[in-house]
Parts: sequence; C-alpha cells; structure tokens
Amino acid sequence: MALESILFWLFAMLAVGGGVGVVVHPNPVKSALFLVVTFFALAGEYVLLMAHFVAIVHIAVYAGAIMVLFLFVIMLLNVQEESRLAGVWGFMRYFSVVLFVALFVQLGYFGYQGFFGAENVPLVRETEIGTVEQIGTALFSQYVLPFEIASILLLTAMIGALYLSKQKLGLGEPARAARVKEALHEKEEAH
Amino acid sequence: MLSIPVHYFLILGAILFGLGVVGVITRRNAIVIFMSIELMLNAVNLTFLAFSNYLNNVEGHIFVFMIMVVAAAEVAVGLAIIVAIFRLRETVHVDDIRLLKW
Amino acid sequence: MVTINIGSSDFAAILPILVVCAFGIYLMVQGVLAPRIHKLTLAYIGLAGIMIAMVSNFYLLGIETDRAYFEGMVFVDKLTVTLNFIFLLTAALCLLLMTSYSEQEEIEFIEFTPLILFATAGMMLMGCAESLMIIFLGLETMSIALYVMAGFRRFNRFSLEAALKYLLLGAFATGFLLYGMALIYGTVGTTNLTQISAYYSENALNLNVMALFGVALLVIGFGFKVALVPFHMWTPDVYQGAPIPVTAYMAVGAKAAGFAAVLRVLVLATGQAAFEWSQLLWLLAVITMTVGNIIALVQSDIKRMLAYSSIAHAGYIMIGIVAGNETTVSAVLFYLVVYMFMNIGAFAVAGIVSGKNEQHVDIKHFAGLGKSQPMLALVMTVCMFSLAGFPPTGGFMGKLYLFKAAMESGYTWLVIFGALNTLISVYYYIRVVVAMYFQDSKESVKMAAVLPGVGLVLLVTLLGIFYLGIFPGTTLSLLY
Repeated sequence: MALESILFWLFAMLAVGGGVGVVVHPNPVKSALFLVVTFFALAGEYVLLMAHFVAIVHIAVYAGAIMVLFLFVIMLLNVQEESRLAGVWGFMRYFSVVLFVALFVQLGYFGYQGFFGAENVPLVRETEIGTVEQIGTALFSQYVLPFEIASILLLTAMIGALYLSKQKLGLGEPARAARVKEALHEKEEAH
Repeated sequence: MLSIPVHYFLILGAILFGLGVVGVITRRNAIVIFMSIELMLNAVNLTFLAFSNYLNNVEGHIFVFMIMVVAAAEVAVGLAIIVAIFRLRETVHVDDIRLLKW
Repeated sequence: MVTINIGSSDFAAILPILVVCAFGIYLMVQGVLAPRIHKLTLAYIGLAGIMIAMVSNFYLLGIETDRAYFEGMVFVDKLTVTLNFIFLLTAALCLLLMTSYSEQEEIEFIEFTPLILFATAGMMLMGCAESLMIIFLGLETMSIALYVMAGFRRFNRFSLEAALKYLLLGAFATGFLLYGMALIYGTVGTTNLTQISAYYSENALNLNVMALFGVALLVIGFGFKVALVPFHMWTPDVYQGAPIPVTAYMAVGAKAAGFAAVLRVLVLATGQAAFEWSQLLWLLAVITMTVGNIIALVQSDIKRMLAYSSIAHAGYIMIGIVAGNETTVSAVLFYLVVYMFMNIGAFAVAGIVSGKNEQHVDIKHFAGLGKSQPMLALVMTVCMFSLAGFPPTGGFMGKLYLFKAAMESGYTWLVIFGALNTLISVYYYIRVVVAMYFQDSKESVKMAAVLPGVGLVLLVTLLGIFYLGIFPGTTLSLLY
C-alpha cells in the first residue's frame, strides 16, 4: 500500500472517530477536543487533495481561532455534562437519525458510484490549483465581488457581536434595573 | 501520482455530514449543537475540495474560503448570543433554555 | 499576471447595494464619532440612504439589462430591479416602525441602522445573484444581521432565546444548502447559474442521483429560510421573541429574499430537476398551507398567529413556484408585494397596541379598538381582509394570479387545496376584526401613541393594498 493510501485511511479514521466523539461525548469540553482532532485530520486530507494553502488556513482559522473561542466560552460559562440525551421528541428523534444516516450512506455509496461509474474511477490528480498564487489570482480577478461581500459580512458579524456583548452605556445600573424588571414581570406572569 | 480514488473523499464527507446532522438532532446543549454544525460545514468543505480536484477547477477552493469566513462570523455572533443569555439569566446550564422546543 | 476585467458598468449593476453599504458604514462611523447625536437622526440618515438607493435602482433600467456583470457573478434584469425595490421598501417601512418603537423601548440606532442596511444589501445580492456563491454570501449577510436583530432587546430573555434558536436552526439549514451547492458544483463543474441551467436542460432525462440530491438539499435549505412545513418549527418562537418591527422585517424581507433565491435557482436555473421533484414540492405546498392555517386557528398571541399565517402564505407562494410556467415569476412577485403591504400593516398596528415592553400582544387586547382608535382598527381590518383574500384588496388579486398560474400548468387539485385553505384562514383573521368591533375591552389597555412615522407606514400600506386590489394590471406589467 502506498504511503498516501495509508495516510488517507489514518486521517479518515481519525476524522470519523473525532466526529463520533463530538456527537456522543456528554462533556462539552471533551466534545470540543474531539472536534480539534477532526479538524487536524481534515487538514491532512486537504493536503492529500493537493489543497495545501486551504489546509494551512483551515488549521489557522478552525483549530486556531474558532476552537479557542469555543473552549473559551465553555470554560467561561462552566458548562456541565448533559444529564440526558433524549429530548422532547423522544423516539421521533432517533427515527430521524436512522433516516439521515440511511440517506447519506445511500448518497455516499450509490450516488458517487453512479456518477463516476464502477470502472475507470478517477484518482486524485497532481495539480497546481491549490497554490497560493493560483488562489490569489482567482480571488482578486474573477471572484473579487464575493471577496468584497465577505468583508461586509464580517463587518456585520462584528457589529452584531459587539452589540450583544457590550454593557449598557450607563454601565451596570440600567442593566440591573432591566433584570429586576424582567424578574418582576416573570413573577407576574406566574400568578 | 497519487493513488486514492476521489470518491473516497466524497464518501468521507457524506459520513461526516451525517454525523453532524445526528449531533444537531440528538444533542441538547447549544454549544455542542453549534460544534456539530461546524462538523457539517467541514464535511461540505471536504466535498468541495474533492470536486475541485476532480474538475481541476479553482472555484471550489474559493467557495471553501467563503465557507470559512461565514463559519467564523457565525461562531462569533452565536457565542455572543450564548454569553448574553447567560449574563442575563445568571445560569450556567444550557439545558435550561426551555423555550427551545424544536 | 492578474487581469481584472471589471469596468464602471459592473459597479453600476450593483449601485443600490453599494449605496446601502456605504450608508451603513458611514452611519456606524458617525455614531461613534458623534456620540451625542440624537439617535433618531441616525435612523433618518439611514432612511435617506434607502431612498437614494431606490432612486439609483431606476438607474439599473438604463444600463444594458439581461446580462451578467462582474464576470458572471450578478445578473441584471427586470426581476433584479423589482426585487431591489421590494427589499428597499420593506427596509424603509420597518425602519420607520422602529423609530416609533424606540419610544416604547430603548433601541440603539448606532447598531440597528447599519445592521438593517447590511441585511438589505444581502437580500439584494440574493435577488441579483448569478452564481451560487453570491446567493450563499448574500443569504449569510442577511441571516447574520437578522440573528442579531432578533435578539435586539438584549435584556429580554425571549428575544435572546429567539436569536439563539434562529441562529442554530439557520446555521443548520445553511449546512444543507451548502451540501446541495457542493453536489451541484460537482455535477455541473461550476456555480454559474446560467451554465447550471444549461446542464440541467441538456441532461433533463438522465440526471444522476447526485444532481437530484443536490436540488433536494437546496429545497431543504431554502425551505428552512422561507419556513415551509416541516422546516418551520423556528418560525413562531422567533417571531414571538423578536421586537415587532424586526418581526415584520423578517416576515416580509427574509421571506421575499428566500423566494427570490428560489426563483433564481429552482425555477430559472434548475427548473428541469425541480420538475422531477415537482410531486414533492406539490406536497410541501399543501402541507405548508394546511398546517400553517390549522395551527393559526388556535393561537391567541397576535405575533404567533401572524407567524403561522406567514407559514400559510409561504405555502400559497409555493403554489406559484410549483406551477413553473412563464406566469410564475410575475405572480410570485405580485404576491410578494401584496404580502409586504398587508403584513407590515398588521405588524404596525400590533406594535402600537402592544404598548410598553410588548405586554399586550394577545388578541383579546384588540377588543374595543374600533371605538377607541377607529383609524387603527380600519387599517387592521383591511390588512386582515387582505390576508384572508377578500376582494377588492390586493390579497385577493395576488391569490388569483397564483391560482391562475397553477391552473395553466394543470394543477387543479393544488388550486382546490389552496381555496379550501383560504376558507379556513378566514376564521382566524375575522376573529381579530370581531374582537376589535364587537367586543368591549375589560381592562383599559395603555397603547403607544401613533407617531407620524407609523402614521406614514399605515397610510402607505392602506393605499398599497387597495391600489394593488383595484388596479392590479398596471403593477403586474411593471413588475416583470
């Protein structure tokens, strides 16, 4: 078996194992760490797909920024383990899980087999499209409009996150007043 | 020459996407639901890159960049909302968000 | 060597979007640089920006239409211009509602005005998209702004939990949408809608599983955004928790943007594949109408009732989408315009009646409104009659065009289901009218004052509903 195949299977196992860990582990902190494992494994898969630049950006953005944010919030809020997994739907929930798994296995197996045909399966090819130069050229010529929209999108997210997490300008007092009012209101509703 | 068929990557993407969906449906914790959604988006990224390699077309790479931007923005806003809820209600248990009756 | 083939005509094609974004950025800086500026001034500058964008929208008719700009990223045709107009008018009306809502509840316009402007820019991008990438980015710009706007009463737990629920389910739906886009990209080899359309019409008879599955996933993703049953479960809670002007904006703007994308992708591009799924879409339309109307019957909260009514109306619009012939686009656009007027009118009245902290949102709080506030009661009555589809209001003509489009394609049963649903819906719309005119209020409800801004909104909606109901032909020919 070639080295690439071994690496593919190794990273695939790690990615799926990490994904299962995220979904089934009751402790959110450990779920987050499993997700980090998946992210690193996926970065490996990206390298095998000759997408080197995306792999690096993936590590920096997902494993570096997003996961740190997740872990930070989990630790900050001191989230505890989930007491129960079953929700309101009960069995409907599990029924839908089975349905989704069946659907995606079907897609993965028959869909792609049918698309590529049983024989003459395309292999991963050696290309230059994943290089920084190619991506940069495309990003600033043909895809310059999406690139600019992305900046507006980030600006929107920044305004939103700042608004939601800032203190009231009067600092403290109105916020507490609002909270007291809310509590009174809830008490009224309870009666 | 690499010797891995492209559709292996696609099947891996489908499996990860399915796992993410299962996580969103079965979990009760808002943060873990969020992480499952990230898993789904990563599965989509893998699918895009595999197709991009198969088609020898750079568009898939650009799309993956845009998905990363959106994922980061969504996480920032989502975690801000979660923090705001906790600050307001002074509770640390995500399961207490009872209004979330799907 | 990088060659950039972008000229001034490309920028002219997205002129309204540029204007709106520029005003958004300007307002953000203005609010920070001059913190003592009166907060309503910011809202009025934002309104001026929307007005300028509306004027610049007419400029789009002057440039070369029916072609793609920005190297196949945006497409300018009559549909683009009409949709831009719908989104801008919605934003202007909701911003006006927000100015008077800020009398009841403290709203910080430094953040609100840029957010609503950016959300409108995202909607307009969805309306003029020529690439799946632009649809995705426009959708997300709109959604992220809406998540925050839903939680804008950030010291109210209902509002914040509405935001969280909207965000989680919205992101979930985005996952499906993206997977569908990935599959379509893999099959066709590009995300350009014209080429996708060419592929789907060439291979109409032997589409493989991947192509069909991609379209199905797109239907799921868009179904979440426009609240089709069974992807509707977020709608009532989110509509209930969000501030009323934001609810109006979501109910009208986000739904119109979702249907704009559906028109672009499912009807104009992948029409062939959607045809394969037309039985499924048929079923979706029927279930959506029926479930929305039946659950609306038992709602006592006006916001929840309007939420289920908006689900039912998404079902009516789906009738037009399923029809899939040349009258589809104009019928759907006409219905979206009518829907904008009647829903914003209803939410405006609900906003006034609800009073401080949105305490009086029950239908019983509308009792006696016919005596105490005859003008408000009149507007509410007209909106309710229009939503129920009585002539001579716009709602009647809108439904007529949708049903006509379906009849032309031979979907008789769909039209019968639609008509039956209209009959069911009459009950809960009339309930509000009965409460206003034939019941006496037991407790004295302290309403918010009717400010000039809201008065203008009410006037515009009243005129719009009657104009569209009495002279539908002229508008229809202008739209598409």
